[in-house]
Amino acid sequence: MATFLGINLFGLFGQLLVGLINGSFYALLSLGLAIIFGLLKIINFAQGAMYMLGAFAAWMALNYFGIDYWLALVLVPLAVGAMGILMERVLIRPIAKEDHLYSLLLTFGVALMLQGVFTHVFGSSGMAYAIPEALQGGIKLPFMYLPAYRAWIVVASIVVCGATWWMIEKTRLGAYLRAGTENAQLMQAFGINVPLMVTLTFGFGVALAGFAGVMAAPVYSVSPDMGSNLLIIVFAIVVIGGMGSIGGAILTGLGMGIVEGLTKYFYPEASSTVIFLVMVIVLLLKPAGLFGKEA
Amino acid sequence: MKAMNKTLLAVAVAATTALGGLAQAGAVSDDKVKIGVLADMGGVYADICGSGCVTAIEMAVEDFGGTVLGMPIEVISADDQLKPDVGSAKVRQWVENEQVDAVGGLVSSAVVGAATKVLTDNKKIALISTAASNAFTTSACSPYNVHWTYNVAAMANGTVKPIVQSGKKKWFFITADYAFGHALEGVATQVVEENGGEVVGGVRAPLGTTDFSSYVLQAQSSGADVVALANAGGDTVNALKTAAEFGLTQTADVAGLLVFTPNAQAMDPATAGGMTLTTGFYWDYDDATRAWSKRFKERHGAIPAMGHAGAYSMTMHYLKAIEAAGTDESDAVMSKMKEMKPDDFFARNATLRADGRLVHDMYYVQIKKPDERRDADDIFKVVDVIPGDKAYAPMLPECNFVKS
Repeated sequence: MATFLGINLFGLFGQLLVGLINGSFYALLSLGLAIIFGLLKIINFAQGAMYMLGAFAAWMALNYFGIDYWLALVLVPLAVGAMGILMERVLIRPIAKEDHLYSLLLTFGVALMLQGVFTHVFGSSGMAYAIPEALQGGIKLPFMYLPAYRAWIVVASIVVCGATWWMIEKTRLGAYLRAGTENAQLMQAFGINVPLMVTLTFGFGVALAGFAGVMAAPVYSVSPDMGSNLLIIVFAIVVIGGMGSIGGAILTGLGMGIVEGLTKYFYPEASSTVIFLVMVIVLLLKPAGLFGKEA
Repeated sequence: MKAMNKTLLAVAVAATTALGGLAQAGAVSDDKVKIGVLADMGGVYADICGSGCVTAIEMAVEDFGGTVLGMPIEVISADDQLKPDVGSAKVRQWVENEQVDAVGGLVSSAVVGAATKVLTDNKKIALISTAASNAFTTSACSPYNVHWTYNVAAMANGTVKPIVQSGKKKWFFITADYAFGHALEGVATQVVEENGGEVVGGVRAPLGTTDFSSYVLQAQSSGADVVALANAGGDTVNALKTAAEFGLTQTADVAGLLVFTPNAQAMDPATAGGMTLTTGFYWDYDDATRAWSKRFKERHGAIPAMGHAGAYSMTMHYLKAIEAAGTDESDAVMSKMKEMKPDDFFARNATLRADGRLVHDMYYVQIKKPDERRDADDIFKVVDVIPGDKAYAPMLPECNFVKS
């Protein structure tokens, strides 16, 4: 076996690849949050619950309506996005003028309620969701066995993240959006319906969480607390990447996946804290985050 | 004057004896027997022993007739939120202010450790149904502890021994990084080594890890024959899912050291099928277990996990002991519980040892593959019945409360 400085290189490559896979998952999750948190300045603590909702919606679609994974990948984000729009219009909009703390507490409450309802209805143990047939099996690499579904996570994440980044940073629609969040009054003077744009953006951000939920269903346990476990990590990633930076969230997501993967290899006990350690260091050295604009 | 005193004394003694006899009917403190159920109502263990444990204990009280020694039996419950401080504060309130005589349920070992201390200080009985640690009848044993359903030693003996003896000698552990996981790993390692196996590696994953792929890779490169999951609940489900996905299940056996029926139901039968494990109870074992489980499911909505059946069985035994002792005074009840032989659909060939450990038949089961299942509740195939003395570790002399 190839070794370098006493390190099993094959093992290390395996961990790097796994880190990249997890990183692309983090990128997908932090992207939705970065849009809502970074552009709209809403601290959406219900994002984890929406991710959970996405996974459960995929499970329900399959078991109650016979809708398979591929169709769910399209329909579930739409449904979850619609939930987000409803939440923005009915709950968040009325307190939009208040301090950010209000929307934080409100969305946190929504998250707890959703989690409670799902625990009550489905129990705490979780539901089984099989990997779609087309993506079963895997590829034998020299240093590890790469399951096809994991490869699919990387591909899907890169496509979705890339498209979103392009849409926000490079298109006219994205320019309106960025301008609208910068100076809403001015944009409204130009005849842009800013409140509608905010609602749709919020819905889109939430839909991304729903999409990530469907992606997660076959590989992680579909359980009511799946979102709350991840949410804090994803928030840390957005903070490290820098508020308002879409590309920053994507790159940081990938990077943190790799950092976490390496920690799992060298010192697994610290794997649940390493991201927060990085966050502390980044905040001390560069308070606006790695890719954030100095406020 | 002296004679007078003697007579008075004699009268007093006679009167006390007579009163003692009369008091038999009123020997139940506060004119009721009150059982508190402390369990995890909304957290990760809620399916294993949450509202289901309350239902099981209520069923036992109803089946017993609702009264004991002519006094009503009352059941109250609380959520421990998996927090030792919350759980012990609740138990203190119950025994000090609300006349609770015994506490049932008792899930997370950390909470139970705190709760049993309060109970022992107040000489009240702990009816432990679902906690895993073997400390409650060893290092932290107490004359007021009753540990009914299973413990880590029984899980390790039941699951690990047959696998090592079948020739699979090299073991790798994926362990939950907290007290329970360490305890389970420790006992299992001992069993592996005693039977001529060796531990080739291990990794400690934080509780609630979402992604096990890097641990699975490490297990894979260790060249182990068996990968043991010394964790519980969602961690086990996730670890197994990932092991199957990365092809680990094709090159090595995966052994779940603590799997409850709701967790087994949450696993995809195509990947979990064939995995072996040990359980203290399986609903579909025979007519007696099926009959009780059917009644439980009608009320609770899901088939019972072992802790549910255990909670019912031990509550029943507790109430019978009160009746036999003629009082609900803890010392008398405990000695009756240990003297009487529990025997019902759950407790087979069972003895409640002096240390409070119920030694009873355990079941070595295999998770059924998709084509073997009749329906969603048909999850285990009972491979072997393990006699209690083979499953549980022998009693420590210092925990023999009857002798001392």
